[in-house]
Amino acid sequence: MTFNLVLAQALNGLQFGVLLFLMAAGLTLVFGIMSFVNLAHGSLYMVGAYFAAVIYSHSGSFMLALACASIGTFVLAAALDASGLSVLHRRDHLDQVLATFGIVLFANELVRVIWGNAPLYMDTPPWLSDSVSLLGFNYPAYRFAIIGAGLLVALGLYLLIERTRIGMLIRAGASNRAMVAALGVNIGWLNRFVFALGAGLAGLAGAMVGPILSIQPGMGEPILVLTLVVIVIGGVGSIRGAFYGALVVGVVDTLGRVLLPIWLRQVFDPSVANAVGPALASMLVYLLMAGVLAFKPEGLFPVKARGG
Amino acid sequence: MTFTPRFKQCLVGASILAASSWSGLAMADIKIGFVATMSGPAATLGQDMYDGFMLGIEHAGGKLGGQKVEVIKEDDQLKPDLGVQIANKLIQRDKVDMIAGVTFSNVMMAMAKPMADAKVVFVGSNAGPAPLAGAQCNPYFFFTSWQNDQQAEGVGKYATDKGYKNVYILAPNYQAGKDAVGGFKRQYKGQVAGEVYTQVNQPDYSAEIAQMQAAKPDALFLFYPGGMGINFIKQMRQAGLIGKIPVLSVSTADGSTLPALKEIALGVTSGTFWGPDFNNPVNKKFVADFEKKFNRIPSQYAAQAYDSALLIDSALKKTGGKVDDKDALAKALRAADFQSLRGNLKFNKNGFPIQDMFVFEVAKDAQGRVSLKTIAKPLTNHPDAFVGECKL
Repeated sequence: MTFNLVLAQALNGLQFGVLLFLMAAGLTLVFGIMSFVNLAHGSLYMVGAYFAAVIYSHSGSFMLALACASIGTFVLAAALDASGLSVLHRRDHLDQVLATFGIVLFANELVRVIWGNAPLYMDTPPWLSDSVSLLGFNYPAYRFAIIGAGLLVALGLYLLIERTRIGMLIRAGASNRAMVAALGVNIGWLNRFVFALGAGLAGLAGAMVGPILSIQPGMGEPILVLTLVVIVIGGVGSIRGAFYGALVVGVVDTLGRVLLPIWLRQVFDPSVANAVGPALASMLVYLLMAGVLAFKPEGLFPVKARGG
Repeated sequence: MTFTPRFKQCLVGASILAASSWSGLAMADIKIGFVATMSGPAATLGQDMYDGFMLGIEHAGGKLGGQKVEVIKEDDQLKPDLGVQIANKLIQRDKVDMIAGVTFSNVMMAMAKPMADAKVVFVGSNAGPAPLAGAQCNPYFFFTSWQNDQQAEGVGKYATDKGYKNVYILAPNYQAGKDAVGGFKRQYKGQVAGEVYTQVNQPDYSAEIAQMQAAKPDALFLFYPGGMGINFIKQMRQAGLIGKIPVLSVSTADGSTLPALKEIALGVTSGTFWGPDFNNPVNKKFVADFEKKFNRIPSQYAAQAYDSALLIDSALKKTGGKVDDKDALAKALRAADFQSLRGNLKFNKNGFPIQDMFVFEVAKDAQGRVSLKTIAKPLTNHPDAFVGECKL
């Protein structure tokens, strides 16, 4: 493989990782701080994509579509939490899994009822629809935009968590929830904010993939599975872990898909390589997860609980 | 002797029973079970099939062969086990006269056994798996669609005709993907620049697109049905490659995905047996009425099922509306004595069509909508590749 092909594939991996980070950041906070297993995170991503497609087609403004998708899912999640989802926080994990899985099925069906079975149309905004020539290689400008937007969000989250009062409370909630409540912080509102923030990020991710992916019922499930892998690898509740975990998963998944079949073809004959390569490549991130679980069960960047 | 109240009740009950069974006799319709995938991500296909089938009945005068029809609609949810249950229910409980439809090959293969055991007459409107065309062919099964490999064979011949020397192949890693690639290679005579199988329902193809670009092929052959095709074509467009590298496809840019792709897919070519721009009177009426009724351009899936309805109508006319003699009914179906939307359609001995295969380009139609435009007819009177294995 030539140098610029490796570069292009590394960018692809980075872009995929950044997208996974947007999903994982919200989910890891909800897991870590609220101890709430939310399988419906993928549904919020789907709803974000639908919001963006509808608003973009009516207004013609892509930025407005992004803003409305993230704010819309933020508000939706806050409303859901206020209207009864918060009851689940006190239940055990199995109840949460069952209830949120029910929400997944319900959301897919609701989207189908409202927008129909056929996937929605959403094109790239004209100012991002070109490709950038990179050492003689065409790389889509839109994917650069995803990388840029994702890194900005990561920076913003870092500042929010590390430099603001609410960030301090979130960190405190992640390490000792009962103590935070005992100090007079309304943990219910803190939870609601964290849940809605995560949903907003998922909605933003959904809106950003609108132009590159098919917007259809059930689009959230494949990405949810990878998001869970990211969280396990990065360490539950850790934004930093979600960031590095997402990049690792993005790069390993992308390069694995490309390189494994090439390596296998050098060793086995093409028909065997064609059969084994894709199967092995699709298992790679799960093997990685199993490896991390075996050697660092807390994940690569676990949240340090202070004072026991 | 006086009538006791109980006796009166019995009498009333008996008369109601008699009346209802009598009315049942009076409505001795043709019962057809229409099975399709109408939920989940592939529901668009099943919905189009059902709409096409019902429009076919409507155009035949609301009856088939002069008989009232009762269509029992069943959703297989793309689950083979559910397909078997539905087949058994339709045969044993509903006592249908025939079964039609079926969207996916895996469901079709599962349903074939109970239908063959009960010797049910089946008119297929989409799935055409190889075993049913070959070793497991059945004298009571007819398909108004195509054998799964036929579309890709048409595109393979087209690639050879265009003189492409080095084609890069991409398909999902499952049986239908491998079948499509097999069909393509059967008719394509040039070199293969690369053959890549991706995970089923993979959302992102950036890595594969970069690899493909590096291989510098003459053309690209794709089989990515449904959402996978939408993802792939959107990402090809963003990489600025559509227009630079010819994209040949089957089941990727078709009536089910074009509404979500629109201008993004302009220039992509796609191979199948029928297109909405076919210039025959039956097709013009079908397309115009379908658009008026459902407010969308009909897909090939609607066309296939519409043909199924017309085929059943023609056969019932021949038998005088009788369905009891299955051999006579099968013979009447085999004659295919109706005007198909595709122009010419003959059945081979395995019940699959011998038909022309076409190549279409995604282009704007007269009304400025993105649709499929006929550009080539690479194969004429083309039989499927497996008929030799059929021992009928």
